[in-house]
Amino acid sequence: MSKQVGQSKIRVDAFDKATGRAKYTDDLCGREALVTRIVHSTVAHGLVTAVDIDEALQVPGVVRIFTCFDVPDIPFPTAGHPWSTDPHHQDVADRLLLNRHVRFYGDDVAVVVAEDEVAAAQAARLVKVTYEEYPFVLDVQKAMEPDAPQIHEEFPGNILGHTEIRNGDYQKAIQEPGLIKVEGWYDTPTVQHCHIENHICTAHMEAGRVIVTSSTQIPHIVRRVCGQALGIPWGKVRLIKPYIGGGFGNKQDALYEPLCAWLTTQLGGRLVKIDCSREETFVCNRVRHAIRTHIISWVRPDGTFAARKIEAFSNQGAYASHGHGVNAKGVNAFPQLYPCPNIEGDAWTVYTNMPAAGAMRGYGIPQAMWAGESHLDDVARALGRDPVEYRRQVVMPVGFKDGFSKNENYFDTFNQVMDKGMAAIGYAEKRKAYQNQTGPVRRGIGMALFWYNTAVWPISLESSSCRMVLNQDGSIQVQTGETEIGQGCDTAYAQMAADAVGIPFEDVHMVSTQDTDVTPFGTGAYASRQTYIGGFSIRQTGQLLKERILSYAVELTRQTRSNLDLIDGKIIRISDGRELMTLGDLATEALYSLTHSEHLTAESTYQIKNNAYSFGCTFAEVEVDIPMCKVKLLNIVNVHDCGALINPALAEAQVHGGMSMGIGYGLSEQLLFDQKTGRPLNNNLLDYKLSTFMDHPHLQAEFVENPEPTSPYGTKALGEPPACSPAPAIRNAILQATGVAMYKAPMNPQALFARFSEEGIL
Amino acid sequence: MYDLKALYEAQSVENAVELRLQHPEAQIIAGGTDVLVQMREGKRAGKELISIYGIDALRGVSLDEEENIRIGSLTSFSHITKDPIIQKYINVLGEAVDTIGGPQIRNAGTIGGNTCNGVTSADSASTLFAWDAIIELTGKDGVRRLPIQDFYLGAGKVDIHPDEIQTAILIPKASYENCFGHYIKYAMRNAMDIATTGCSVNVVLSGDKKTIQRARIGYGVAGPIPMRAPTAEAAAQGKPLTAEAVDAFAAAVLEDIHPRDSWRAGKAFRQHIAVEMARRCLVESIKLAGGVMA
Repeated sequence: MSKQVGQSKIRVDAFDKATGRAKYTDDLCGREALVTRIVHSTVAHGLVTAVDIDEALQVPGVVRIFTCFDVPDIPFPTAGHPWSTDPHHQDVADRLLLNRHVRFYGDDVAVVVAEDEVAAAQAARLVKVTYEEYPFVLDVQKAMEPDAPQIHEEFPGNILGHTEIRNGDYQKAIQEPGLIKVEGWYDTPTVQHCHIENHICTAHMEAGRVIVTSSTQIPHIVRRVCGQALGIPWGKVRLIKPYIGGGFGNKQDALYEPLCAWLTTQLGGRLVKIDCSREETFVCNRVRHAIRTHIISWVRPDGTFAARKIEAFSNQGAYASHGHGVNAKGVNAFPQLYPCPNIEGDAWTVYTNMPAAGAMRGYGIPQAMWAGESHLDDVARALGRDPVEYRRQVVMPVGFKDGFSKNENYFDTFNQVMDKGMAAIGYAEKRKAYQNQTGPVRRGIGMALFWYNTAVWPISLESSSCRMVLNQDGSIQVQTGETEIGQGCDTAYAQMAADAVGIPFEDVHMVSTQDTDVTPFGTGAYASRQTYIGGFSIRQTGQLLKERILSYAVELTRQTRSNLDLIDGKIIRISDGRELMTLGDLATEALYSLTHSEHLTAESTYQIKNNAYSFGCTFAEVEVDIPMCKVKLLNIVNVHDCGALINPALAEAQVHGGMSMGIGYGLSEQLLFDQKTGRPLNNNLLDYKLSTFMDHPHLQAEFVENPEPTSPYGTKALGEPPACSPAPAIRNAILQATGVAMYKAPMNPQALFARFSEEGIL
Repeated sequence: MYDLKALYEAQSVENAVELRLQHPEAQIIAGGTDVLVQMREGKRAGKELISIYGIDALRGVSLDEEENIRIGSLTSFSHITKDPIIQKYINVLGEAVDTIGGPQIRNAGTIGGNTCNGVTSADSASTLFAWDAIIELTGKDGVRRLPIQDFYLGAGKVDIHPDEIQTAILIPKASYENCFGHYIKYAMRNAMDIATTGCSVNVVLSGDKKTIQRARIGYGVAGPIPMRAPTAEAAAQGKPLTAEAVDAFAAAVLEDIHPRDSWRAGKAFRQHIAVEMARRCLVESIKLAGGVMA
């Protein structure tokens, strides 16, 4: 039997996407659609006292203008989490469709509905909003001060979430004589996902129901949120998710779908579209949490940790979105990656008057690795140890088991990925060659590990559902609640389904669109879970379908069930290996038989009560032009243990994308805000320095394939992990090259100028 | 969908002049890589446009009868970079405009548009300043020529009369003869970026290639409009090819430039890199001119 899993099959959607044939939300939107322009707050914090729309209504082509005074008073949550039936674990409902109490510069105040974009834009400029301005706060720690402006009444002190870790006795442990104290503050910036397709959604009504088509990662969740926001039964909403141009977590949130759904109900069910501009996508969707982390390590001269402390302050921005889960995940990694008996940890998530932060590739781990892996190099340096050799001593050992998630470090992954990375980049020779350099241009090599875990069990529900339908020719349609968002899961699923049923890859037709009316329930693309989680129900459903096929084959072939198998789309008699009939012949007979006609399908749900570690590392080599304050990335290698590879070529592509994101995170990307007004300064792709092709060296992806025991296909997370470790690896390479430790990302020329000046090397 | 009131397409330079007089409020558009962006942002929304993009007579690079280099205002950046006359006499200009945006922008954008925008960050401008370019404008009374320094009036303001369009940029023979130059665009990434500072230096060496006969330096984003650094130029004139002479030249630019503090980059940082860029550009120019640093 030819095994499809493990082969670099061409993406099932490659041809349609490369030729422009694939339909995205805007392609599916009828030309009769009304268009919209949202009027955003021009103050960072305040109360809307009046909205004057008279002049705007005079613009020809304007249909209606809705303001924050018109929308239902139903606060709703937006986070793309599975709903919790326990009220204590439900997401925070802290925003309305349009807000009178505006909490950041860019908040949604009113929406113009018009016949065309020009009319909408002209009218939006004529809407006059009057505010009672409140003081505002942008900095996370300033927002925690007693006299800080209060952003949500229900959250005094602006604290959205706080969790603590108290392992052992930190205070006692630091009294041990002879300890070396290493301390640092590590900052990460506010960045945005910058997926190619901006968020867009359309809505219209049919048969008294609201039909929403959206560029989302999470169709079933967004359907629920639309129902909640409008105060209508969830079944009254149908959510359709076609192909989408990336998401990276931004679209793991209900964005403008609830507003769009409400608009159509106010417009007699007419088709209406909300199409975000890039400028809006930057600040009116979601951003990555900027997190400031303070770490103290108390180290014995032999390198062992006596005690460690971490405080992480996460800038939530104006609305809860994914909230505290992001920072909590990052801080929880701290005691696991480098175990230590005495740990004091605090994770704070704090409202500020910044754009709302939500999910973004890595979900707190890129921030945590920036802090933790930068700090680890600072510790190694204080001890005079090689960073790799030192990590081998203190990193999570084989057999480590996390008490909460029950995740286990089954293999010697950390050492294996470091060995592979060192060999790939020539670490040992270069590390030695780059010692004690002088002169204006210097080279350095550095690395960082990362910790990651797959999916969200046991914090949230993990289940997957799948449906398979057999066609007359022996091919099948496969549907899952898991969503293709550009990452390639449809292709991986087709490979899995082919193996599970016993048919050729080409005979699997993935139904890429999720439509909540017909797609099995699933919570969508996030937490690097698609391949791991989807695999369970695909295997189970495939086996179920195979069983039904073979039962029918028993009737047709008069053989015993135990002597039949389905291999490569053929019914095989096991005892002599004879091909008895093709699956196509069987399927045709099954559908048209005058004696026993049967529609052969299978559908099942698998609840997953497991989670899997997914570890790896980055090695980076840089050349620093000190007088020019510039870093040139010469080489970069990511090594991942994501279990057995389902599709090696797609896995490599996934790593390339994540590395690119990590390079931008380390060197150039940050959203900037005017400190006097809270106004975003660079919410466009010119001034926001997303790294380009010209900023990348060859991106090298390597893998260690330790099969994950809990997965039916031996696989685990790869979606987010590649973005977690490049930034600190680059930072540590700069440290070797210059002796200057950077504490703030991005390490752009301005930041290098400041630090090089401080350290006196300019 | 662009919010524009009307579009008039000029068929010739004369026709463009007529359209200018008929529609005094209209904005001239060439490649559109700036005007359309501004329109989308709402800054020029609802305007009339006069497109000169179809006037092929304004495309191409040639030598006039006095052997001055004549660059038609509609010549695209990618054509300038690949033009043999440019490559032979003022290759640095081709290199400078090759740093603009990405390939699509360089195919559409024109050197006339780049200069008529009047912005300090234009990648062609520092080199054109440093090579004493002449701007040619054509109006109802014929042709008017003025030095590029006089063409720039202030940030976003250039000297185009209501009946004129820019028709060419000239590099005088005396400017390019025996002259070699180098441009550094300092930006925050390696493509699709605007200059944090641009620096263009060129030199003419003495016959024995031992001294700097003439050095010129132009900057972008060192002030509200592109500028020269005359103190630095004077400091280098007649000097031998030594590190001291180069350092003195580079340090002297601070007498002339006045970059500002902004969220894009701080003043101290801009000053620091401006000096370093001047140093590197001069060393590279000397090398291109066949000089050997002592």
